[in-house]
Amino acid sequence: MDLIGATLAWIAGFVGSGELWQRLGEHLTYTFGSVLIALVIAVPIGYLIGHTGKGRELAVGITGAARALPSFGLMLLLVSLVGVVQRPIAAYAAFVILAVPSILAGAYSGIQAIDKTTVDAARAIGMTEWQILWKVEAPLGLRLLVGGIRSATLQVVATVTLAAYINLGGLGYPLLQAIPLRRDEQAFGAAIIVIVLALLLDAAFGLIGVLLDRLIPTGAAPRRPRRPRAVPTRRARMVEAPTAS
Amino acid sequence: MIEFREVSKRFADGTLAVDGFSLQIPPHSTTVLVGSSGSGKTTLLRMINRMVDPTEGTVEIDGEDIATVEPVKLRRRIGYVMQNSGLLPHRRVIDNIATVPRLTGVPKAAAHERALELMDVVGLDRSLARRYPNQLSGGQQQRVGVARGLAVDPNILLMDEPFGAVDPIVRAELQQEVLRLQRELGKTIVFVTHDIDEAFLLGDRIVLLETGGRIVQTGTAEEILAEPANDFVAEFVGAARGKRALHEERIGDRTVLVDGLGQPAGVLDSEGGSEAGG
Ligand SMILES: Nc1ncnc2c1ncn2[C@@H]1O[C@H](COP(=O)(O)OP(=O)(O)OP(=O)(O)O)[C@@H](O)[C@H]1O
Ligand SMILES: [Mg+2]
Repeated sequence: MDLIGATLAWIAGFVGSGELWQRLGEHLTYTFGSVLIALVIAVPIGYLIGHTGKGRELAVGITGAARALPSFGLMLLLVSLVGVVQRPIAAYAAFVILAVPSILAGAYSGIQAIDKTTVDAARAIGMTEWQILWKVEAPLGLRLLVGGIRSATLQVVATVTLAAYINLGGLGYPLLQAIPLRRDEQAFGAAIIVIVLALLLDAAFGLIGVLLDRLIPTGAAPRRPRRPRAVPTRRARMVEAPTAS
Repeated sequence: MIEFREVSKRFADGTLAVDGFSLQIPPHSTTVLVGSSGSGKTTLLRMINRMVDPTEGTVEIDGEDIATVEPVKLRRRIGYVMQNSGLLPHRRVIDNIATVPRLTGVPKAAAHERALELMDVVGLDRSLARRYPNQLSGGQQQRVGVARGLAVDPNILLMDEPFGAVDPIVRAELQQEVLRLQRELGKTIVFVTHDIDEAFLLGDRIVLLETGGRIVQTGTAEEILAEPANDFVAEFVGAARGKRALHEERIGDRTVLVDGLGQPAGVLDSEGGSEAGG
């Protein structure tokens, strides 16, 4: 009963043969490709909604509906619509539809969460609407937008595993190959790799979040430096808190 | 000079915030709009920089109907200071102050140099320049707000309850700063407050408003205190009058002035009194 050993051995072979890099490359291409396309679609719409405050209900409705769509079924449906030759397009379309709602929500909620008086003051001192968007709303809303991109990426990275069903490779390929052949160690090994990838991506976004917190104070939590000139970070506050009490 | 001509504002929800308001605001002096909450002070103030456009009537600055001026251009030549500072939380103090000059193409170094000078002008230590707004006290934030309002060297400075949220001691300090700035810079300041004491202290001219932006009385503090136009004004300035109506009480060989609340306000200086010399 050495499933763990067999799994590790399979992973070693998968890495050693270089197949990992090929499948990882396919997987990440689909993941980041569709997230990028989704960004191009969702961020302008989200910013428009956030800035004008109009169309929010519509966006909530559409994103809710999009979230309810089963990605796998959608992908198969799209393949049958666009034809087998064009199936990468079908796959991308399904992943983009999956990614758009989270990014859209992140984009407009990031802007709507900004203190209204900040935006009002920016306008009152003579910023144009574009300047308000780029110099005030975009930086202050970035944290929530990145949160949206994070959840979109995690959803897509998991779902890209299904691309193997329509023969497009990715890390789902060894997984789907293993199931009918009852190669448990391969199925486990491939699943573990997908999970590790998701965790790594999640950690990377966590890191980006921490960096953003340091670079862009949003004024959400009032903070005072102990020493002048020091710009305390969230970490510093957490470290300071126990000594203060 | 700023002139309101028969200005009305009805908001989209039907609220008639300002109803047929006319006023001339003389230059290089402080005009205070005072009135209770909802009397239309903010609405009137924001008509001067087109943050609100009147539904009827016109607002003119130096004879020019501002409806014909592009709002962004207009706002960049008028300083605006608001209650909660309205500073950009993601920008350092120095960049907040330099915001508008940077937008209008002033090089960064020059804009920063000017921002540091303005910190001196409003009584802020230059060592605070690299802090973010939420690393400042409320009073310091308001000073930054004033410095930002002065950054484009505007002729007109609009202040909407700028000291409404700071404690009384800091507020008194900031009020003195405004008086000093006004003496030194001679801007046309339009100041909104619902604190009649603040109005009397700062205003060369005071405009008392009631609901709908209706003017109840205009005049200097002395004129309003001496002759309140009606019961509304009398009541509104009542507390202040009570405090200000002084009477004499003799304590030993000294004459002490006591205010309406029974608090000693000072000692009356007798002729040749030892106090005055020094
Ligand atoms: N954007 C708006 N839409 C609808 N009604 C508004 C709007 N802004 C102000 N009002 C209404 O117009 C009236 C005057 O408001 P305004 O803000 O000018 O009063 P104010 O004198 O500044 O009051 P405060 O002392 O509380 O600041 C109020 O009844 C207010 O509810
Ligand atoms: Mg107001």
